[in-house]
Amino acid sequence: MSTLDFNAELSAAGANVHSRWGAVRFFIRRYPLGAIGAVIMAIFVLAAVFAPFITVYDPLTTNAAVSLAKPSATHWLGCDFMGRDVYSRIIYGARISLAVSMGSMLLGSSIGVTLGLLSGYLLGWFDLITQRFLEMMQSLPLLVMAIIMAAALGPSLHNTILAIAIPLVPYVARVIRANTLSLREQPFVEAAKAIGMSERRIALRHVLPNTLAPLIVLATAQLGSTILTESSLSFLGLGVPEPHPSWGRMLSESAAEYVRTAPWLVIFPGLAISFVVFGTNLLGDALRDLLDPRQRS
Amino acid sequence: MGAYLVRRFGLMLLTLFGISVLIFVLLRLTPGNIADILFDAGGYVDPADKKKIEHDLGLDKSIPVQYADWIGGLLHGDLGYSYQTEKPALDEILPRIPITARLAGIALTFSVLIGVPLGVISAVKQNTMLDYFLRVVSLSGLSMPAFWLGLLILMGFVAYFGTIPIYSDQPVGFWNTLLMYSVPAAAVGFRSSALMMRLTRSSMLEVLRQDYIRTARSKGAPEVAINYYHALKNALLPVITVIGIEAAFLLGGLIVTETVFNIPGVARFLVEAIRWRDYPMVQNLVMFIAIVVVTINFAIDMLYAAVDPRIKYGN
Repeated sequence: MSTLDFNAELSAAGANVHSRWGAVRFFIRRYPLGAIGAVIMAIFVLAAVFAPFITVYDPLTTNAAVSLAKPSATHWLGCDFMGRDVYSRIIYGARISLAVSMGSMLLGSSIGVTLGLLSGYLLGWFDLITQRFLEMMQSLPLLVMAIIMAAALGPSLHNTILAIAIPLVPYVARVIRANTLSLREQPFVEAAKAIGMSERRIALRHVLPNTLAPLIVLATAQLGSTILTESSLSFLGLGVPEPHPSWGRMLSESAAEYVRTAPWLVIFPGLAISFVVFGTNLLGDALRDLLDPRQRS
Repeated sequence: MGAYLVRRFGLMLLTLFGISVLIFVLLRLTPGNIADILFDAGGYVDPADKKKIEHDLGLDKSIPVQYADWIGGLLHGDLGYSYQTEKPALDEILPRIPITARLAGIALTFSVLIGVPLGVISAVKQNTMLDYFLRVVSLSGLSMPAFWLGLLILMGFVAYFGTIPIYSDQPVGFWNTLLMYSVPAAAVGFRSSALMMRLTRSSMLEVLRQDYIRTARSKGAPEVAINYYHALKNALLPVITVIGIEAAFLLGGLIVTETVFNIPGVARFLVEAIRWRDYPMVQNLVMFIAIVVVTINFAIDMLYAAVDPRIKYGN
């Protein structure tokens, strides 16, 4: 599972990899659920990008006349207390939720990869201190850590990204470190050393590319967890601040009391969160199967 | 083994010390303290009053001195006073622990009882319709936010019974008590049971491909015995680890679930304390959570050695 070579993995599984479409067709046939996951994610990303073209109402404009309006032909998913169109808010909310979760996933993974690679490669006191520090961070549940970070940094879009990214670091760093440790014993690293390649070059050119496969699997799985963390933070009022329409935020505005009076305010934002995370999980599973042959049937 | 225990215990203390410093510094970075929040609510700020409150609470001392005060007290069993209620922090925290512990215990039991057997079935019937169905259900369990599932359950109660289950200090009768705890526990435990199922499945799949399983099969052992005795026994090791990690993660899920169901447990209390910049409460609660997690991890490590004779510590 160490080298990232989709084509090799695919052809080993029997795909025609000579054309790009052959590989895609094979992936769809071999991992139908993974393909569905990719489509779900693509739909949400497209909706976020083209939000102004597929919505009629502004997500921030309030209108007292339609306060708590039921879903209807004019307002497909109804309106919230302030008369804002729920459909528009969900579509624009995709921008916020996806940007925050992808941002924190990328940030957390980059820091994690750097730390893990350095730690596994340098060993010694650097490794010792880093390991203790990561262990410390991991002895608090992810959401608790994120809540404290969010409170400490104060509410803003950037701070929410940071608050979710930092607690992710140990999870990435540990996987990458373990992978680096096993890679540095491999013959090709020894060979590189024997021909006099510098340590830095070995780390960047030989070890790093070989950690990509586990990283991709990890990052896809984490995207789901960052979306959930963002929604929990915003639900608790510690995440994305007003007026940004975040899915978690929409649920906190509408929580308990609207369960009785306006269920559409509860159902639809939650469905949006669940669908995207479901998509990332489906895709993540398929990628793991593809890149980790131990579980192939 | 003895030397290993001592080393391990030392590392635990080091971790807890690190957490205490980390949480202390993070809280002091937080914009605004309780005096700011109180005066924000009042509207008018008399600087002398604000100074007095900060002095009374010891917030005007330097950060290292504040830290030393806190840790010194902690070691003497004095957790300080809550800024909000002015009651001793210990009196605020202690009554809330059993509530959260019950929720977490029920949720964990629920997730193991449902997740492990379904995981075995899914692995044994790999790539059948049943397997696909169970995998999709478990994946959706991992995809739903716990608070949303809680809200949906509340909605179901409104639709069928016209009311929502309300938490009370003195529930009447055993069944009422069980219902009161089980509903939120199910909301938070669904995710864990999905996780257990997936993990049991993949762990089983790996074990089922091993030679000794083929040996068992060729000597004519019944299929049920192979799956539930020979294979499951070895497949459970990674599951045990995750039960430990999950116990800690449940605390995270319980923060939102206790909020949704309005349950006065430890987890929801943490969020309230953070909102009010109630430093003593936040610090002590976080330390409590960290101690629980670290202890669970330690216990899991020991359990590992007990379950798998190949693992020996300290040799």
